[in-house]
Amino acid sequence: MSAARKKKTNAEDYLRMYRQMVRIRAFEDRANQLYLSAKMPGLTHMYSGQEAVAVGICEALTATDRITSTHRGHGHCVAKGANFKEMFCELLGKEEGYCRGKGGSMHIADQSNGNLGANAIVGGSMGIATGAALSAKRLGTGDVAVCFFGDGATAQGLWYEVMNMAALWGLPVIYACENNGYSEYTKTDEIAAGSLTARAEAFGIEAHVVDGQDVLAVNDLTQKLVARARKGEGPFFIQLDTYRYHGHHVGDINREYYRSKDEEALWRSERDPIVNFGKWLVDQGISSSDDLDKVKSEVEADADAAVAYAEAAPYPDTREVDMHVYAPSAA
Amino acid sequence: MREITLSKAVNEAIAEEMRRDETIFLLGEDVAEAGTPFKVLSGLVEEFGTERVIDTPISEPGFTGIAVGAALTGSRPIVDLMFGDFLFLIMDQLCNQAAKAYYMSGGKLNVPMVLRTNLGATRRSAAQHSQSLHALVAHIPGLKVALPSSAYEAKGLMKTAIRDNNPVVIFEDKLMYQDKAPVPEEEYLIPFGEANVKREGKDITLIGTSSMVQVAEAAAEILAKEGIEAEVIDPRTIVPLDEETLLRSVKKTSRAIVIDEGHQSYGITGEIASRLNEKAFYHLDAPVVRMGAMDVPVPFSPALEDLTVPTVEKVTAMARRLVAGEMIHAA
Repeated sequence: MSAARKKKTNAEDYLRMYRQMVRIRAFEDRANQLYLSAKMPGLTHMYSGQEAVAVGICEALTATDRITSTHRGHGHCVAKGANFKEMFCELLGKEEGYCRGKGGSMHIADQSNGNLGANAIVGGSMGIATGAALSAKRLGTGDVAVCFFGDGATAQGLWYEVMNMAALWGLPVIYACENNGYSEYTKTDEIAAGSLTARAEAFGIEAHVVDGQDVLAVNDLTQKLVARARKGEGPFFIQLDTYRYHGHHVGDINREYYRSKDEEALWRSERDPIVNFGKWLVDQGISSSDDLDKVKSEVEADADAAVAYAEAAPYPDTREVDMHVYAPSAA
Repeated sequence: MREITLSKAVNEAIAEEMRRDETIFLLGEDVAEAGTPFKVLSGLVEEFGTERVIDTPISEPGFTGIAVGAALTGSRPIVDLMFGDFLFLIMDQLCNQAAKAYYMSGGKLNVPMVLRTNLGATRRSAAQHSQSLHALVAHIPGLKVALPSSAYEAKGLMKTAIRDNNPVVIFEDKLMYQDKAPVPEEEYLIPFGEANVKREGKDITLIGTSSMVQVAEAAAEILAKEGIEAEVIDPRTIVPLDEETLLRSVKKTSRAIVIDEGHQSYGITGEIASRLNEKAFYHLDAPVVRMGAMDVPVPFSPALEDLTVPTVEKVTAMARRLVAGEMIHAA
């Protein structure tokens, strides 16, 4: 069991969660602008709207707990403790990026904070997260692994294979399904039969559904499940109902053929996880709207500075193109 | 020196390494009490227990993915893939995940994992249990590929594979499990990328891999009686490939046949022949000849199956024609 977890007051925890959600939104707004202004190579997938999921879960983890992330992974990366500077450098393919510019948006990894990486194969990291949990159990580290994936990934057979083994072997893994209602450009109702929780329950895995727009609900549930997973009571499944504000990727602009503007506007105006949590913090007297505005402006200044830094940062030397194909081996 | 079977050699290599390093564990179908259908792993579960010799469900992508995740987080798993033909089931986990993690993370994450599997036809197992698919994985940067040709190589290469910090795929010839060869009692490792000159000669170079080393040696024996001195070389690993030893030999003999049990088209024979043609062209008296398996699914009927693989007779006949200066237009 990691002793790194410090006692904090709830207010500190809440404000940190708020700041982390604001950081994700600020990061994504700038990533989107970099794409729209053709400053970013390739494309990317926005996490905006889903912030309470990544933050609620990662705030229940220690730095040595592992996560695996998805193509829509910037939020997980920020929430697990990454810095803006190395993240923007990675998105722009610069040498100082987390992966020296070799991974980019869809493969960003930050092993120093236990992020085993985003994955551009939908569902591709389900085995990896389960294996990290097997390692943790075998090596007795007490760490937990969280596997983030979307509702679309529940259609991959790999999930059922690894859930079976995780349940048989009692692994400390939490399968966190971010159900944003859309499997790329298709309504999830059209691709998913039955219920998602029933699929986990079929393996004897305890399954929960939580409002993925409510960071405290997500965090409360995750804290309980993480503590139980550390005691050997895992695996667990959580379905987190949420919403992605943007299209499948940044270029998916005209999307009314699969999703109405009214629906999008409703989620943004009524269900925004940052706005709603901010209101709650003020209502509870934990913070003032001025203080929250200050958080926002601090974070935005940080993000702007990181973008400017990344834009000016050098690309990797061309000699790096065939570096890191094979790790050095003593034998 | 004592002689042991290839099966025993693999078993010894794994047992010795597991005694040395607690982070090594083994997983796959029927690896524990059954010791695999070929009985290669018999006795390991009795020594190391079911925590380290793990029977999995029949879920190849699942347990390969779990091994990748375990390898990323401090374990050194050995994955047992019962038949080489099942590689097609695990291509995403092996080629998209394991092979690329080190590169995509800019050298921060690595996957010290061994995938042991097999190759080889003429066991009357038909098209889905007889393939030699090493070219398929040799094509993917980030994977290393070892092809032991006897019990001696099987032990030394396996120990090196286990200590390597990259994903290594090791193919054993399933027809050679009961073949005995001299294997020292004392510990030894065989470095990757060092070819073995099995027999010296000046007239022609026979480069054979895996099961085809025996074929090349038997052909050389017959040719010697006819006054043709064939040099026989076993590359032992095809990734990395010891080009230097192959080129030195071909520059001496001016003629070469590359013999391999994978399909001839787009295969190992073509790759090695091409490198020799590019780098030793002005030393050659004839084009390098490829002898791979026929480009047909492996047939069941013995009357047909035996036609599909290179044999001592075919190699001998081709060598005679080359040495006689005959124009070779077909292969």
